Amino acid sequence: MTVNIIVCVKQVIDPEAPPSSFKVDEAGKKVVPPSGVPPVISPFDENAVEAALRVKDAQGGKITVLSMGVNLLREVVKKPLSMGADEIVLLEDEAFTDGDSWSNARALAMAVKKIGEYDLIFCGRQAADWDDGQVGSGIAEILELPCVTVARKIDVANGKAVVERVTADGYEVIEVSLPALITVSNELGEARYPTIKGIMAAKKIEPLVWTPADIGLEPAQAGAAGRKMNLEKLYQPVHEGKCEIIEGESPEEAGVNLALKLREAKLL
Amino acid sequence: MAEYSGVMVHAEVAEGKLATIATELLGCGRGLADNLGEELSAVIIGSGVSSLAQEAFAFGADKVYIVDDVLLQDYQTDAYVPVMEKVVRQAMPRILLVGQTSIGRDLAPRLAFRLETAATMDCIELAIDPGSKRLLRTKPVYGGNARAVFTSELDPQIATVRTKVMTPLEPDTSRKGEVVTVEAGMDSSTVRTRVLEKVKQEVEGISLEAAEVVVSGGRGMGSAEGFKQLEELAGLLKGAVGASRPPCDNNWVPDVRQVGLTGKIVAPDLYIAVALSGSSQHMAGCSGCKNIVAINKDPEANIFREARFGVVGDWKKVLPALTEKVRELMSG
Ligand SMILES: Cc1cc2nc3c(=O)[nH]c(=O)nc-3n(C[C@H](O)[C@H](O)[C@H](O)COP(=O)(O)OP(=O)(O)OC[C@H]3O[C@@H](n4cnc5c(N)ncnc54)[C@H](O)[C@@H]3O)c2cc1C
Ligand SMILES: Nc1ncnc2c1ncn2[C@@H]1O[C@H](COP(=O)(O)O)[C@@H](O)[C@H]1O
Repeated sequence: MTVNIIVCVKQVIDPEAPPSSFKVDEAGKKVVPPSGVPPVISPFDENAVEAALRVKDAQGGKITVLSMGVNLLREVVKKPLSMGADEIVLLEDEAFTDGDSWSNARALAMAVKKIGEYDLIFCGRQAADWDDGQVGSGIAEILELPCVTVARKIDVANGKAVVERVTADGYEVIEVSLPALITVSNELGEARYPTIKGIMAAKKIEPLVWTPADIGLEPAQAGAAGRKMNLEKLYQPVHEGKCEIIEGESPEEAGVNLALKLREAKLL
Repeated sequence: MAEYSGVMVHAEVAEGKLATIATELLGCGRGLADNLGEELSAVIIGSGVSSLAQEAFAFGADKVYIVDDVLLQDYQTDAYVPVMEKVVRQAMPRILLVGQTSIGRDLAPRLAFRLETAATMDCIELAIDPGSKRLLRTKPVYGGNARAVFTSELDPQIATVRTKVMTPLEPDTSRKGEVVTVEAGMDSSTVRTRVLEKVKQEVEGISLEAAEVVVSGGRGMGSAEGFKQLEELAGLLKGAVGASRPPCDNNWVPDVRQVGLTGKIVAPDLYIAVALSGSSQHMAGCSGCKNIVAINKDPEANIFREARFGVVGDWKKVLPALTEKVRELMSG
């Protein structure tokens, strides 16, 4: 069986940027994108793309990338294409700004409906901006699909998927009927690098760009207007910690002095 | 129409007892319920769980809803969400608290979408707004670099709560309450998943969550061999070995060792962080620890902003000397 997969990827501020570069505009309740650090696809979404590519490698099929936002940088959101995905749909419109899990899940679900043919939808386990982990379950609920979250391995056979789901002390193996939505975690393994051939192929693929009207979404349900959650306050926690650096003539001596210090502080 | 009232806690069960998170949620929920002058209830779902009601009373619940059915033995989304939906529609709690655990992460969002309300995930602080009486939900965002406070006008107000941030009450076994039994009314044909197997990745020694000392290594450890040296130190301190994400991704240690936002939350007395940079996502898992000790060769590493004591240097030189001195001090 060939498998059609839709993968939802979100463009976010690079979560690996040094914490010292992170700034919040408290009055505007917004994060200030660090200058000189380009956005990326949220890392778990790259794992989701990798999961889709592995299914495609094994079974054959088509991978459609779906991304929603404003100012989506083509070189960022098209990365999955250069890794081997086939098509890309962008929900790009001012109206999609500042959504919460509700408005985002609703818009993505409407877009999935419009794409139409799919056996699987893959999301990241959580986006690296708001660390929410709700949109996958939300899309599944809206589309009335079964959903398996936090997957580390996905095999498809006979109209079913067998999914290893990460738990606190290991994993559980879950069989789910298709179509289904699966959220993917880093335990799946690192995403492959784009190939030169892939990059050339991606250049030729034009994204389909849809507005709320294109997916039949009321403006009152999109972005900030469609929120069910109010953001009251956004701030950076203060670091009051002052680190005492333990010195020594040599690194070995510093190690010994650290042990003595821990004893003195009654930590040993 | 009935009004939403009271605070409800989803009390997770682990190995035939209330899970630690359940007692933490009850402690937190008790405070919120008292603030509102309303009732605190708990929902216990599972198979053979009826006897756990008394435990929930002891930890602060006024009322316990029990849904006991063999079909609820394992957590499955399609089984638990309708059951929770049924209990919530019957009890109509103003606030519903769920643990930010393997189960809660899956249950809370799906339930919130089903009930057409909003959930806030991974809260570390909950309070009642004195004016509006709505729930103020504080959660770390951007990997812990920032914090956001959310409210919603919709009931029930659902929040998942991070493990180890709330304090359980001292159990009072004389406390009594009302038990309400709810029929699961399950139709197994609506469950579109099947649990084929549960695999435990055994790790030797003390569990990370319970350990009073945790020795964690990062990418700079370079290999599985490096972690042997951390195990030696952890062994001397009767502690457990943890890791940042790269050592897990590289299979130097099992995934279950990962500490952080998407790994384990630990709160030991002493956290020794070796050759890890202290990313906000990692620190999310150990920021409750007051005594963080860092060994890192980079004086600019973020971990030194979080640590109480630090050594700037190569762990290959610092760690063996530290371990030997600790051995001497512990035996003397
Ligand atoms: C949404 C999301 C969730 C995440 N969840 C988690 C999580 O739960 N847990 C987690 O850990 N990460 C998580 N991460 C990843 C996180 O962002 C960092 O990438 C990761 O924590 C970095 O690990 P590290 O500090 O070991 O590696 P690095 O940042 O590469 O740091 C290695 C450190 O080792 C030091 N070093 C190297 N060699 C030596 C030596 N010989 N002696 C002494 N010091 C040395 C270096 O100076 C450096 O500071 C998450 C990321 C995202 C986006
Ligand atoms: N704007 C978006 N565009 C595409 N996918 C998204 C978007 N928002 C969320 N998702 C998907 O939903 C997952 C979970 O997001 P969240 O619930 O916001 O943490 C992400 O990892 C993505 O796969």
